[in-house]
Amino acid sequence: MLLRDWRAGELRVLAAALAVAVASVTSVGFFADRVGRALVRDAHQMLGADLVLISDHPWSEASAREIVRRGLARAEAESFISMASRGAGDAERSQLAGVKAVSGGYPLRGRLRIAPAPGAPDAPAAQGPAPGSVWLEERLVAALDAPVGSRIRLGAAEFRVAAVLTLEPERGANFFNIAPRLMMNLADVPATGLVQTGSRVTYTLYAAGPADKIRAFEKYAQARLERGQRADDLESGRPQVRDSIERAQRFLGLTALLAAILAGVAIALATRRFVERHLDGCAVMRCLGATQGRLLALYAGEFSLLGLAACAAGCLAGFGAQQALAGLLAGLLQAELPAPTPLPALQGFLVGLVLLLGFALPPLVQLRNVPAVRVMRREAGAPRRATLAAYATGLGALAALLVWQSGDARLGAYVVGGFAVAVAVFTVLAWVALRTLAAAPVARALGARRPAVRYGLANLRRHARGNAVQVASLALGLTAMLLLSFTRNELVDAWRRAAPPDAPNRFVLGIQPDQLAPVRRFFAAQGIGEPDIYPMVRGRVIERDGKPVSEKDFQDERAKRLVEREFNLSYADALPGHNEVATGAWWAKGGDPHQFSVEQGIAERLGWKLGDVLQFEVGGEPVRGRITSLRKLRWDSMKVNFFVIAPPALLERMPTSYITAFRVGPGGERAMNELTREFTNLTVVDIGAALRQAQSIIDQLISAVQFVFLFALGAGLLVLYSALVATEDERRREAAVMRVYGASRAQVAGSQRTEFLAMGATAGVLAAAGAAAIGQLLATRIFDLDLPPSPLLIAAGPLAGLLLLSLNAWLSSRKVLRASPALTLRESA
Amino acid sequence: MTTHKAVLIARGIGKTVRSGDSELVILRDIDLAVTSGEALAIVGASGSGKSTLLALLAGLDTPSAGTVELDGNDLFALDEDARAELRGRIVGFVFQSFQLLPALSALENVMLPLELAGRPDAERAAREVLARVGLGERLQHAPKHLSGGEQQRVALARAFVVRPKLLLADEPTGSLDAESGEGVIELLFELNRAAGTTLVMVTHDEHLAARCDRVLRLAAGRVVP
Repeated sequence: MLLRDWRAGELRVLAAALAVAVASVTSVGFFADRVGRALVRDAHQMLGADLVLISDHPWSEASAREIVRRGLARAEAESFISMASRGAGDAERSQLAGVKAVSGGYPLRGRLRIAPAPGAPDAPAAQGPAPGSVWLEERLVAALDAPVGSRIRLGAAEFRVAAVLTLEPERGANFFNIAPRLMMNLADVPATGLVQTGSRVTYTLYAAGPADKIRAFEKYAQARLERGQRADDLESGRPQVRDSIERAQRFLGLTALLAAILAGVAIALATRRFVERHLDGCAVMRCLGATQGRLLALYAGEFSLLGLAACAAGCLAGFGAQQALAGLLAGLLQAELPAPTPLPALQGFLVGLVLLLGFALPPLVQLRNVPAVRVMRREAGAPRRATLAAYATGLGALAALLVWQSGDARLGAYVVGGFAVAVAVFTVLAWVALRTLAAAPVARALGARRPAVRYGLANLRRHARGNAVQVASLALGLTAMLLLSFTRNELVDAWRRAAPPDAPNRFVLGIQPDQLAPVRRFFAAQGIGEPDIYPMVRGRVIERDGKPVSEKDFQDERAKRLVEREFNLSYADALPGHNEVATGAWWAKGGDPHQFSVEQGIAERLGWKLGDVLQFEVGGEPVRGRITSLRKLRWDSMKVNFFVIAPPALLERMPTSYITAFRVGPGGERAMNELTREFTNLTVVDIGAALRQAQSIIDQLISAVQFVFLFALGAGLLVLYSALVATEDERRREAAVMRVYGASRAQVAGSQRTEFLAMGATAGVLAAAGAAAIGQLLATRIFDLDLPPSPLLIAAGPLAGLLLLSLNAWLSSRKVLRASPALTLRESA
Repeated sequence: MTTHKAVLIARGIGKTVRSGDSELVILRDIDLAVTSGEALAIVGASGSGKSTLLALLAGLDTPSAGTVELDGNDLFALDEDARAELRGRIVGFVFQSFQLLPALSALENVMLPLELAGRPDAERAAREVLARVGLGERLQHAPKHLSGGEQQRVALARAFVVRPKLLLADEPTGSLDAESGEGVIELLFELNRAAGTTLVMVTHDEHLAARCDRVLRLAAGRVVP
């Protein structure tokens, strides 16, 4: 029976939909499981380890031993600032260097990269500099005029310059490294005589290993941290990298959800058609004594068999797809991917079965209810259309599974809820639109002259219910296509824009008020342009709403650290360009000075709300103000951002320094060196490497995401196809009756065309509106991106609807007209 | 009979279909002529080819051999559209399975052939005929809300609303119980008489065939005496 039904076609659509859904969910599951884990590991590479312990005094021997005792890899580093020099007498050059002395094994995660000369292609290095040699950052090579092979002095020791250091993992993770990097071997530190009691040295312990062991060790270490010690993991790393990974995972999660739900629609439509074509057969079987239970068991068995086969095929396809994905990401993931686990396959399989039960069962149950009298009267026992409510259980189960699988309840709720609402809204709107179109004065005027048009319009009204369901399904399929073609590109563009290629790659800190004008002149003379310079005041938060603020009030590690350290406050009359007020209002110039504008994310983390009164201590003086606005800002824009901004009147009397971010082109290093020579107190921070790393991560993630989108595209096409063929049988019979009663080919084709075009336009308009609305929702609520509405999308929707349905009208008319009316009627009799 | 003009003439009609590798002969060398106002019954066992013959006489299907002349027009010399137009003008149909369109009300089903012909008075004419078949009160009902007998009366109304010269009926009582069938047949003959329509009816009911002027018997695709 399965074979016979398979040949009839509806089951092929059903199986394809199931396989696509399972493949999509499985491959994305594998991605989340394998590649996602590798991405987190890559992010750890930016830390240089899985866990980093930082202290302002040497770590005890016990701590270092504990790492090894727990079977974790260990490395150590000491960092300090010192003067490096080269040459003697008038030719002597010296430069403050950020020295980092590393042990063997460093870095535990990620790679150091070095080059034989400034600007030469770089390559990964197996480990840090050998004893007796140092690696210098390009800036330092230029400042000291110390090419590879030359010798430099550091403290009491002399070293050979062995390479140009182009990338170190932590440079990305913490780009506020003050001075250009000099990397040396930890064993050489005593010889320099630079580390004495009272020296300002940062002692770092690195640990890496399996996640569970790391977690256990982190717990152990956290409990024993002393003053001046802290532990860093990925959570406390750069928010920008975390943003990218999270966004990629959301993109992928969304794709899987979309593919699964679309497949559900295709399955429901295909099953419905299957049911309609099997009503007579069921009636006959009922006549021959088959019980309701027997019938249901028969078909449920057939569907289960098919479902299992399709799910298995989907799992295999999903596995193959994730292998391809891994290939795409080969460059991004610097080491081998973790081995796949069977869990995603199991999840995919379950999703497939839920789809089958949830979306095929409601229409299939109708077959059980076919009365035997249908054998005598075909009109008897026509199945009721399964309402959305009948699918509610399936939708609910699917949502739960997908949320489990994607691990993102909010995304799941948005997509499944949005889908249910869209179906309901689309159906109602389509019904209203079709009835209105049929009665519209323009349509009447058109119809008065052309009987075919009139008949088609009359059909719109007569078939309003069935057509509305069909239009809603079409609109759904089209929405998916538009979302995937237009909105996806826009989201991806917006994502790329978030870290634009012209983003600043240098920060300059510590500009004094009297240096503002000379620094501006310097920038103009160097042709760098007019940089945005922001005032910066350092202050510690001490009270909120009259109550003292203490790190003990917070559980969250980041929150603890935030309130412990000094905030960088700023002041401005106007809202900085890349900021956006999310709630509250920005102050008017010259208004009440006692106000603060706080970044939304930090307010959330610290539990601050609009209207709270904060008190900071700035230079020993209390500064009080009310939070009157919460700002949204883009951390990955690489611009200068401040957590807290106040009106100038509140802070401008306080000790202020200035900060700016700007972009220098290749060769800008010379200008930067000149800047630090002319203004010796300034600190120039190079974030170019971090930026390049971020951009390459984004680019590769995007290409992976695009690949997974193909599944959702396939599911969308299946929905469109099933929606189009859904009423084919009925239309063919109708056309045959029309032909018997004297309708010409043109009349049959014309009436179908009229009906289809009206449906296509309606579906297209609905789809464009739907895609635009969903796109906005996704952009703002899920992806946190700006997505301007696209006029192209608004035009493309209706156009796609019209084109698709014209093509369908043409194909359908051809099929209908080619068949002999006698044969069609006999088949349907 | 010879004083009447022949409305329908079939000469040497044959129909063969391919079924896999073999050829299946459904009709072989059928000749017939039906004159204006005459009622002809085509009878035969199941599979004798009577419904196929009816479809060919109406130009709903094309023969493998032979010609059909309908009201002086060589049916298969015309293209499909011309055949449809001719059908719409002079032929009415009644099917065993009614073939009402489920999305259309009774009234709309009857209006269908007139609308297709672009007749402005479609609705008035349809109401009149529906009143004549006794369904004046059930104009807006959908087919599924009508009994079988009522549905076939709607189909009769649809057939007669174009005032056809020729009415083709395929087992018109085949799907009905005896009582409703009787009612429909009475109505059919009554309408036929009143309009002077020529009737060609396929049936396996000898009693019904006997009410016609002439009977054509088919067996295995041939006319038998």
